[in-house]
Amino acid sequence: MRYAMAIDTKKCVGCSDCVVACQTENNVPIGYCRDWIVEVTDGTYPQLEIEIRSERCNHCDNAPCVRCCPTGASHFEPGGIVTVTHNKCIGCGACIASCPYDARYSHPDGYVDKCTFCIHRIQKGEKPACVSVCPTKCMYFGDLEDPNSDVSRILKKRKYKTLIPEAGTKPQVYYLI
Amino acid sequence: MREELITSGRLNPHIDPHLEIWHWQIPLYLFLGGLAAGILFFAALYTILGKEDKYPGAVRRAPIIVPFLLIIGLTALFIDLRHKLFFWQLYTTIRLQSPMSWGAWTLLAITPLSFAWAALHIREFFPNWDWKFTILKEIEKFLLQYKLTMAWVIIILSVILGIYTGILFSAFNARPLWNTSILGPLFLTSGLSAGAAAIILFATTKKERVLFAKIDLMLIGIELFLIIHMFMGFLASTEVQIEAANLFLGGSYTAPFWIFVVGMGMVVPAILEILELRHIKVPVVIPVVLVLFGSVMLRFIIAYAGQFSRWLY
Amino acid sequence: MLLYQKNTIVMVQNRRDFIKISSLSAAGVILGAPYLRSAVSAIGKQEALNLQRTPTYCEICFWKCAGWVYKNDDGSIKKIVGNADDSNCNGRLCPRGTGGVGMYYDEDRLKTPLIRVTGKNGEQTFREASWDEALDLVAQKMQQIKEKHGAECTALFTHGSGGHYLGNLLKAFGSGNIAAPSYAQCRGPREVAFVATFGAGLDSPEPTDIRDTRCLVLIGSHLGENMHNGQVQEMSDAIDKGASIITVDPRFSTVAAKSKFWLPIKPATDNALLLAWIHEIIYNEWYDQKYVEKYTYGFDQLKEHVRNFTPEWAFGITTIRPEIITETAREMANAAPSVIIHPGRHVTWYGDDTQRLRAVAILNALLGSWGRRGGFYQPEKLSVPEHPMPSFPKPARTWRDAMNGKYALADLALASGVCDATIPSPNLDCSIKGWIVNGTNLIMTLPDQKKTIEAIQNLELLVVIDTMPMEITGYADVVLPECTYLERWDDLRVVHGREPNIALRMPAAEPKYNTKPAYWIAKELARKMGLGAYFDWENFEDVLDWQLKQIGSSLEEMKRIGVKNFPRESGPLYFAEGEDIEFDTNTGKIELYSTAFEAEGFDPMPGYTPHEEPPAGYYRLNYGRAPMHTFSRTSNNPNLTDLMDHNVLWVNPKVAKEWGLSNGQPVYLENQDGVVSDFPIKVRVTERIRFDSVYMVHGFGHADKKLSRAYGKGASDSQLITKVLTDPIMGGTGMRGNFVTFRFEKKESEVKS
Ligand SMILES: Nc1nc2c(c(=O)[nH]1)N[C@H]1C(S)=C(S)[C@@H](COP(=O)(O)OP(=O)(O)OC[C@H]3O[C@@H](n4cnc5c(=O)[nH]c(N)nc54)[C@H](O)[C@@H]3O)O[C@H]1N2
Ligand SMILES: Nc1nc2c(c(=O)[nH]1)N[C@H]1C(S)=C(S)[C@@H](COP(=O)(O)OP(=O)(O)OC[C@H]3O[C@@H](n4cnc5c(=O)[nH]c(N)nc54)[C@H](O)[C@@H]3O)O[C@H]1N2
Ligand code: SF4
Ligand code: SF4
Ligand code: SF4
Ligand code: SF4
Ligand code: SF4
Ligand SMILES: [Mo]
Repeated sequence: MRYAMAIDTKKCVGCSDCVVACQTENNVPIGYCRDWIVEVTDGTYPQLEIEIRSERCNHCDNAPCVRCCPTGASHFEPGGIVTVTHNKCIGCGACIASCPYDARYSHPDGYVDKCTFCIHRIQKGEKPACVSVCPTKCMYFGDLEDPNSDVSRILKKRKYKTLIPEAGTKPQVYYLI
Repeated sequence: MREELITSGRLNPHIDPHLEIWHWQIPLYLFLGGLAAGILFFAALYTILGKEDKYPGAVRRAPIIVPFLLIIGLTALFIDLRHKLFFWQLYTTIRLQSPMSWGAWTLLAITPLSFAWAALHIREFFPNWDWKFTILKEIEKFLLQYKLTMAWVIIILSVILGIYTGILFSAFNARPLWNTSILGPLFLTSGLSAGAAAIILFATTKKERVLFAKIDLMLIGIELFLIIHMFMGFLASTEVQIEAANLFLGGSYTAPFWIFVVGMGMVVPAILEILELRHIKVPVVIPVVLVLFGSVMLRFIIAYAGQFSRWLY
Repeated sequence: MLLYQKNTIVMVQNRRDFIKISSLSAAGVILGAPYLRSAVSAIGKQEALNLQRTPTYCEICFWKCAGWVYKNDDGSIKKIVGNADDSNCNGRLCPRGTGGVGMYYDEDRLKTPLIRVTGKNGEQTFREASWDEALDLVAQKMQQIKEKHGAECTALFTHGSGGHYLGNLLKAFGSGNIAAPSYAQCRGPREVAFVATFGAGLDSPEPTDIRDTRCLVLIGSHLGENMHNGQVQEMSDAIDKGASIITVDPRFSTVAAKSKFWLPIKPATDNALLLAWIHEIIYNEWYDQKYVEKYTYGFDQLKEHVRNFTPEWAFGITTIRPEIITETAREMANAAPSVIIHPGRHVTWYGDDTQRLRAVAILNALLGSWGRRGGFYQPEKLSVPEHPMPSFPKPARTWRDAMNGKYALADLALASGVCDATIPSPNLDCSIKGWIVNGTNLIMTLPDQKKTIEAIQNLELLVVIDTMPMEITGYADVVLPECTYLERWDDLRVVHGREPNIALRMPAAEPKYNTKPAYWIAKELARKMGLGAYFDWENFEDVLDWQLKQIGSSLEEMKRIGVKNFPRESGPLYFAEGEDIEFDTNTGKIELYSTAFEAEGFDPMPGYTPHEEPPAGYYRLNYGRAPMHTFSRTSNNPNLTDLMDHNVLWVNPKVAKEWGLSNGQPVYLENQDGVVSDFPIKVRVTERIRFDSVYMVHGFGHADKKLSRAYGKGASDSQLITKVLTDPIMGGTGMRGNFVTFRFEKKESEVKS
C-alpha cells in the first residue's frame, strides 16, 4: 500500500476550500494551516498563464522529518503516511527545519502538527477532508499500488510533476500539469 | 513577470514568511556544547599523553567550568523545546539517523563524566576540599584508578559532541546553507579553538599559554580554510546553494559574518596571538575573548541565516 | 407596559448619527473569547464527532447549498459538510459554506436588541433593550406611520431567508414595497433581457446545463472567484469532458487561465463584441436554421440590424482582433446547440446592461441553446403551499408610483428605487417613511452612499435585522439581532433545478446571546401590530410539518434526510426534436426583435453606445469576488479572515512603474468626484490587470470598529462608486463607470474619526 494524492492544477481555482475544510475537520487552530494555496503567474499582459497548487505535506517516501526526529514521534504509518504522535513529540523543531516544503507547524500546544492525509478518515474508507470538499473535484486520492485507485488512474492518463524532486525527498503528492 | 503568491493567507508562526523555529537557545547551546567538547578534548588528550602535570590548565583547571557550560547549554535546549513535559521521550529510543537523538545520548553520557572529572580536580581550586562521606571518597578513589580509561571515553565523546554540534545543522538538506558536509568539521574546529582559547585563560605557566596559542592559531587556520572551502563548494553547486551563499556574499548576512566571525573572531585574534608568540605584550584575555566571541557569532549567524535560506519552487 | 417611554427616543428626521456599536459589547468579547481560545488549544488528536448531525442549508450566499452540521460530544458545532443528495452542492460546500461555522462563533455578533437614545449631551447611543420593549417600539412607530402617512409608506429591504415572513408581515400591514439588492444591483438586467427574449427569466440557480456543454462563454462572469457552487462544479466537469471555455474579461481572471480563448477586452465594450459575434454567426450562416425558423421572431430585422457590425468594426472598439472574433464565433457554432453564452449574474455594469444581456440572449437563441442539452435546460420547481392565512390587503400605492412610469419592465422591486422614493423631491411623489432592513448592508450594497444616507435621514423609523454590527446597523433606530442560520428553523428551501427539490434548515444549536430568528420577529411584530391572524400558529415546526405533509413528506423525514428530491412532472429537461413551443412573449416566439421593448419605447434590438473612458491619471475601478468571501457579510468571519483579511488593489506593472508603486505599498484612492477611500489599500503589482483599470474585491474596508477583524482592512469599492449609470429599461444601477487615482496620504480633515 502506498497512499498518494494527485492535484489537477488545470482545474484548481485556488478557492481555499481545502484549507478551511482541513481546519474544521482537524481542529487546526485559526492562524495555522496544514494546507495552503500557491498561485504562480507567468508572462506579460495579455500573454499569461497561471498555475494554482493546493499544497500540503508530501508524505515523502524519503522523509527527512522522520529521519531527524529524535524521539520517533514523526514516523511512517502503513501506506507511507507520515504522522506525528503528539505525546511523543518534544517540540524540538528539528522536523520543521528539515522539511523543504515548510509543511509542518508548531502547534500552540507545543507539539508539531501537519497534514495526516486524514488518516482517521481513510481508516473508515472515506477520502481526506480536503479531497471530499473540493468544489472542482481536482484532487485525487488513493493507493498507488492499486492500479484501479483514483490516483493511479489519473496518473496514468496525465502528465505530472512533484515539488522539488531534486531535494531527494520522493514526494507522494503529484501535481497534474 | 513572474508572480508567486500564497493566496490562502498562510502565516504560520515561526515558519512564515521564513523559518524562525530556532532562536538564541540553539546557537547558544551549540556554542557551549562545542566549547565544552573542546576543553574536554584537550583535558583528555593530555591525560592520555601523560602530560597532566605539564599542562594542569588544560587537564585540571579548565574542565572545572565544563559542567556549568553543559548545564547552561542543556537549560537553553530545554527552554527551546515547545512540548517540554515530554522531553523524557528523548530517552525512550535511540535514533541513529537523528543527530538530535545521538546528541541527547552523548550529553547524557558526557555530562556526568564532566562532573566526575571536575570533582576529581576540585582541589586545584579548593585545596582543603573534603568529600565528607565515605561513599564519595570511595568513588573518588575508584575514578582515580580508572582516570585513564575515563580520559579515553571522554576524548571519544568530546569528538562526537563537537562534530554533533555541526552535524545538527548539516543534516538539514532542506536549508541549503546548512546542507554542506563542511559544517561538521568547521564547528568541531571552532569548538576546539574556543576550548584552546579558554584553556589559555586557565593556564598557569607561560609554556602552557604558548602551546595553546599555537594550537589555537593552527585551528583558526583550519577554520579559515574550511570557510573558504565551504563557499567554493556552495558556488559550484545548485542555484539554491548559490542563493544561500549569497546571503554572505553581498546578502543580508554579509557584514555580520565577515566582520564578527571572520574578522574579529578569527583574523584579529590570530594576529594578536602571532604578536604574543613574537613576544609582543598583549593582554591574554583579548584574543581569548575574541575567539570565544567569534565562535558564538559563527553559531548564531549560521543558525539564523540557515533558517533564512530555502529551496525555491 | 412600555418601558421605553422612560427614555428619550430619537426619531428625528434630519439627524441620524452613525453610531458605532463598539461601546457596548465588552460582554461579547468575554463571551466570544472561549471559542478562539478553544480553537487555539484544540488537541490535534482526532476528536470524536457526535454521529448526530442536523440538516441545514447555507446562508453565506444565495446559492443555498444544503448541508449537515456536525457537533462534537460537548455539543459544540465543529464542521458543516455538504449534503450529497443536494443538486446545488453535490455534497461539497464552497469555502464560504465550509467556513460558515465562523458566522456562529464570531464574537463580534449582535447580541441583544438595541434602541437609539439621546443622552443629556445630545450624543446618540444605543442602549440594550429586551425583545418585548424593542418590538413594542417598532410596532408603535409602524402604527404611527400608518396613521400619519398610510401603511404603504413603509418598505422592507431583505436579502436572505428570513425575508419571506417579514414580507408577509409587511404585505399584511398594507405595503408592497419589498425589495432585494439582488435585483437592481445584481441580476435584474439579465432577467428583463431573458424575459423579453424567451419569455422566462433565469432566477437562481441559473438553468445553465454547464456539465454537458461543449462550449462555455463567460462574459465577465468570473466562475472560480464567483464561487456559486453548482456552476463551479459543473464547469470543472465540463473541463474534464473537454469542453472549451471562452472568457471575455479585461482582467486575467482565474477562469481566463483555464480557457481555450481569453479575450482581454477593453472594459465597457462588450456590446460591440456581442454584436460582431451575432454578425458572424448570421452572415456565415452558422446559426441553427431550423431552430431559428421554428421558434424565433424578428430574424430578418436582426440580420439587417447587424449588417455593419463586423469583426473589423468591433476590433476598433474592443481591441479584440477580428480573426479571434470570427474564430470564437465558429467555436461556439461548432459546439451548438451545446453551447452556453453565460448570462452572468452581477450584470449592472454600464447602464446599457439590459441591452447587453439581450445580445447574450439573442446569441443563445441563434445557436439554439435554449432548451437544449448542454445549453439551458428547463428547470422545475416544486410548489409548496403557504400555511393558510387571510389574503393580503391591496396596498394603496407602491414605490413604482413615485417613478413617473419609469422602469415598467422591471419585474421585481428596485432597492435603489425604494431608496429614491424615500428622498423627498419635487419631481417624484415620495412618501416612504419607515424601513425594515433585513440581511442587507445597504451602505455597502447600494452605490452612491451619500444618497442612501440621505434617504435614511428622511425616515421616521429604521429597523435593522442583522447578525453583525455592519454599517447599516449604525443608522438604525432599532437593531434586532437575528441568530445565525446555524441556530434557527427557517423557511423551506424550494429552488428550481433539473429535479424539483426541497431542503430543511433546523437549528444545530441554541441561539447564542439574546438573538432570535426572523420568522419569530415577524410573528411577534404581527401580534403586537394586530396582524396575528397572518401568523396563526404556535410553533414554527408545526408550519413546516404542515407544509411538508402537503407535499408528501414530513418534518420527521426531512430531519433525517435534509434534502428531498421529487420526480419531474413538467416533462423532459430539453425540447424534443420539432416540438411546438409557445414562449411567454407577445408573439409566442423567442423574440430576437423585442416587441415589449418597442412598446415601451426602447430599442427592440441591442446596439452599441460608447462609454466614457478614464481621464488621464485615472483608472477604471473594476471589482469582483474572492472565492473565500461573500460581499461584506463574511469579512469578519474568523475562519474566512484567516484566509483573506483584506483586499488588495491590482495594478498593472506599467502603471506601478509610472507611479512608483511597489507591492504591498498602501495607497488611498480618490475617485472622479473627489471621494477618498476611508482606508488605504495595499498595492498588488500584477500582470493580471490591464493598464487602464485597477481591481479590488468587493466587501472590504469596513468603517465600524466593532468588526474587530474587518475594521480598516482594505478599501471599500462601494464608497468609491458615486457615479451610477442607471439602466433606462429596468433601473439597474450600473457601477463600473467610476474612475480612481492614487493618493499617498490623506489630509487630517478627511480622516474619519
Ligand atoms: N465567492 C463569492 N462568490 C459569489 C459571490 C460572492 O460574494 N463571493 N456573490 C454571488 C453573487 S450575488 C453574484 S451576483 C455573482 C457575481 O459574479 P459574476 O456575475 O461572475 O460577477 P461580475 O461582477 O459580473 O464579474 C466580475 C468580473 O467581471 C470583469 N469585468 C469588469 N469589467 C468588465 C467589462 O467591461 N467587460 C467584461 N467582459 N468583464 C468585465 C471583472 O474583471 C471580473 O472578473 O457572484 C456570486 N458568487
Ligand atoms: N460596490 C459593490 N456593490 C455591490 C456589489 C459589488 O460587487 N460591489 N454586488 C451587488 C450584488 S451582486 C449583490 S447580490 C448585493 C448583495 O448585497 P447584500 O446582500 O446586502 O450583501 P452583504 O454585504 O453581504 O450584506 C448582507 C448583510 O446581511 C447580514 N447577514 C448575514 N447573515 C444574516 C442572517 O442570517 N440574518 C440576517 N438578518 N442578516 C444576516 C450581514 O451581516 C450583512 O449586513 O450587493 C450589490 N452591491
Ligand atoms: S478546494 Fe480544490 S479548487 Fe479549491 S483551492 Fe483546494 S484544490 Fe483548488
Ligand atoms: S513534506 Fe515535509 S513534513 Fe511531509 S514528509 Fe516530506 S519532509 Fe516530511
Ligand atoms: S518537534 Fe517533535 S516530531 Fe519534530 S523532530 Fe522534534 S520530537 Fe520529532
Ligand atoms: S489530507 Fe486531511 S490533513 Fe491533509 S491537508 Fe487534506 S484535510 Fe488536511
Ligand atoms: S455556494 Fe458556498 S456560500 Fe453559497 S450557499 Fe453554497 S456553500 Fe454556501
Ligand atoms: Mo448578486
